[in-house]
Amino acid sequence: MSEISYRQALKDAMIEELEQDENVVIIGEEVAQYNGAYKVTEGLLAQFGPKRIVDAPISEAGFIGMGIGASMLGIRPVMELMFWSFAYVAWDQIINNAASVRYMSGGKINVPIVIRGPANGGTGVGATHSHTPENFIANTPGLKVVCPTTPYDAKGLLKAAIRDNDPVYVMESTILYNNVGEVPEEEYVIPLGKADVKREGTDVSLIAHGPSVLVCLEAAEILKSEHGIDAEVVDLRSIRPLDEQTIVDSVKKTSRAVLVEENKPFCGVDAQIAYLIQNQAFDYLDAPVQRVSAIDAPAVYSPPLEKIQLPKSDVVIKKILEIC
Amino acid sequence: MTKSSVSENTKRQKPAKAILAKDAKSPANANLSSDELIDFYSEMIRIRRFEERSLRAYQQGRIAGFLHLYIGQESIAVGCISLMEENDHVITAYRDHGHALAVGMSMNECMAELFGKSTGCSKGKGGSMHYFDPSKNYWGGHGIVAGQTPLGAGLAYGLKYQNKKGCALCFLGDGAINQGAFHESLNIASLWNLPVVYIIENNGYSMGTSQERSSMHPDLGLAARAEGYSMNWGHINGESIFDVREGVKNAMDLAREESKPSLLEIHTYRYQGHSIADANHKKYRTKEEIDDYRKNHDPLLLYRDYLVDAELLTEKGLKEIDQAAKTEAEESAKFADESPFPPESDILKDVYWEEDNPDQKLSEGRIFFND
Ligand SMILES: Cc1ncc(C[n+]2csc(CCOP(=O)(O)OP(=O)(O)O)c2C)c(N)n1
Ligand SMILES: [Mg+2]
Repeated sequence: MSEISYRQALKDAMIEELEQDENVVIIGEEVAQYNGAYKVTEGLLAQFGPKRIVDAPISEAGFIGMGIGASMLGIRPVMELMFWSFAYVAWDQIINNAASVRYMSGGKINVPIVIRGPANGGTGVGATHSHTPENFIANTPGLKVVCPTTPYDAKGLLKAAIRDNDPVYVMESTILYNNVGEVPEEEYVIPLGKADVKREGTDVSLIAHGPSVLVCLEAAEILKSEHGIDAEVVDLRSIRPLDEQTIVDSVKKTSRAVLVEENKPFCGVDAQIAYLIQNQAFDYLDAPVQRVSAIDAPAVYSPPLEKIQLPKSDVVIKKILEIC
Repeated sequence: MTKSSVSENTKRQKPAKAILAKDAKSPANANLSSDELIDFYSEMIRIRRFEERSLRAYQQGRIAGFLHLYIGQESIAVGCISLMEENDHVITAYRDHGHALAVGMSMNECMAELFGKSTGCSKGKGGSMHYFDPSKNYWGGHGIVAGQTPLGAGLAYGLKYQNKKGCALCFLGDGAINQGAFHESLNIASLWNLPVVYIIENNGYSMGTSQERSSMHPDLGLAARAEGYSMNWGHINGESIFDVREGVKNAMDLAREESKPSLLEIHTYRYQGHSIADANHKKYRTKEEIDDYRKNHDPLLLYRDYLVDAELLTEKGLKEIDQAAKTEAEESAKFADESPFPPESDILKDVYWEEDNPDQKLSEGRIFFND
């Protein structure tokens, strides 16, 4: 085991896959000569050369659509979006083409593309740059979407994404890039669709993805020390495919659930999770399922307000105390 | 401004100092009063001092997110906007401070916006990339590259639809020209004869990517893409505020008089990084290149020399103008600092018109989904 950053973990995943499969190619804005807007691809151009690591003009619809087309021939493009917020200019390619080609061809064509980049708020970049579109992606049959929280998960999930034969979209976070965590030296892959219990507990299930997992872990520690409540924290890791079993098992054990996400509440991922829980663990619940999401407005710039807008541990704790 | 001037101005060979005196005599500039000429200088220096002050505030941790500075490009915003009349409108990208000050937005509201304060031009909700002031015909401040370009066509469409004799100035970067939305806009603008003037502020780079690495057609330049849309186009030397005014005035007249769009490329340079977070900006270009622009091609220095040579201003007068701009910038930082942050309740305001105007509400049902 060694301690590496989330950023390094992502890069290591790409390096290993670039080495093992010559069809893997990295394309995006500023990924090569500039070494990545957030330095996730730093050094890759020097290591792999310009055929494998490619700088694209600011033409997301063009280069992502091109990646989808190339993937139909067996190329495995790993496309970087500088921010997932810029996906919307390429939405037709990302949602429509990538998700529909396999189905419409009667399964004759695969689209093994990966699109990755940060999708988070909390950095003062305002409404146009703070989107978290995992719910839109997950709403689209044919697409897969994962939101890693730790360096370990980031590496294992990105490797699985690159090897996957379907489009997999990886949502990272600029807030997490510098976080460090243990990652084994030996190779590993985390299958898509497996949640991870990040903290075991008996009194309430906190279910989250992305940076909200860390908010929940923080809340869990405070709950333990100040209120004697023992919370379990379930990290979804993968939104689609979704690990229903781990969620349901946890809620059956604790009988209470608080769902936390940075996404907006209306039609968010946690609306789906809440449905799942009431459908499969209804008789086990001792209280209604609660949610904590971003406040339901475009991302506000003003830094103190932006802090309030996003889920924080004190809000999570308040919600938990209402039902525990 | 028209195709014939392409070869003259696409490549920068020598400092524009001599050119300025010549440009000053062109039709758009010949009748300017000395007050107007001095005003251009004040406006440019105000933008520069404002941004230098904002840079310090950023370094002091007063400003979050990105800060894209316009320093080096001031002649474009000031030159273009000096030509605006009542029914003309402006829209631009995220490098938007210069255009905002040039249309007459105050330093106070602009600085307060950077600080995220309720006294900011967008009440602290937009930040550096998202300034707005429709009362000044200023429609933003847009963070998504080229996202403003269809909106520019839309402003022109609105003007034409309402039979107003005016035009829309839509600014974009050299990197933004490669977005599909921009090309769709060019075609629509030309097809429907919309009075829009697209202005590419070609500062040579989109983030760390030089124009040569991102765009085809470097010989004729980027504006030549307008050929494909049967649209008027041309190149302008951004070092000379007079050349900016001359070229842009022709295009604005064409829009106002004949309702025809144009695509102009103004050659310029940014001295700072792409944003202040761009630590690489001396890696993708040389220090010599930056220094050369600062020393030999700076639109403010060249214009300042012009004013002195033309005996419109003395060194003392220049200093006074500069000092006034510095003081104004300093005071705006103080104003921003002392202004309050918006209250928490502001987060849910300004999302829907009818939520803010409940007495005129037409729809029913629940609109926000917080508990
Ligand atoms: C759709 C989209 N893609 C990428 C970005 C990130 N980005 C912001 S500015 C920029 C460079 C734009 O360069 P240019 O158009 O030349 O304008 P300049 O910054 O030089 O004024 C990039 C890649 C974005 N904001 N929106
Ligand atoms: Mg540029």
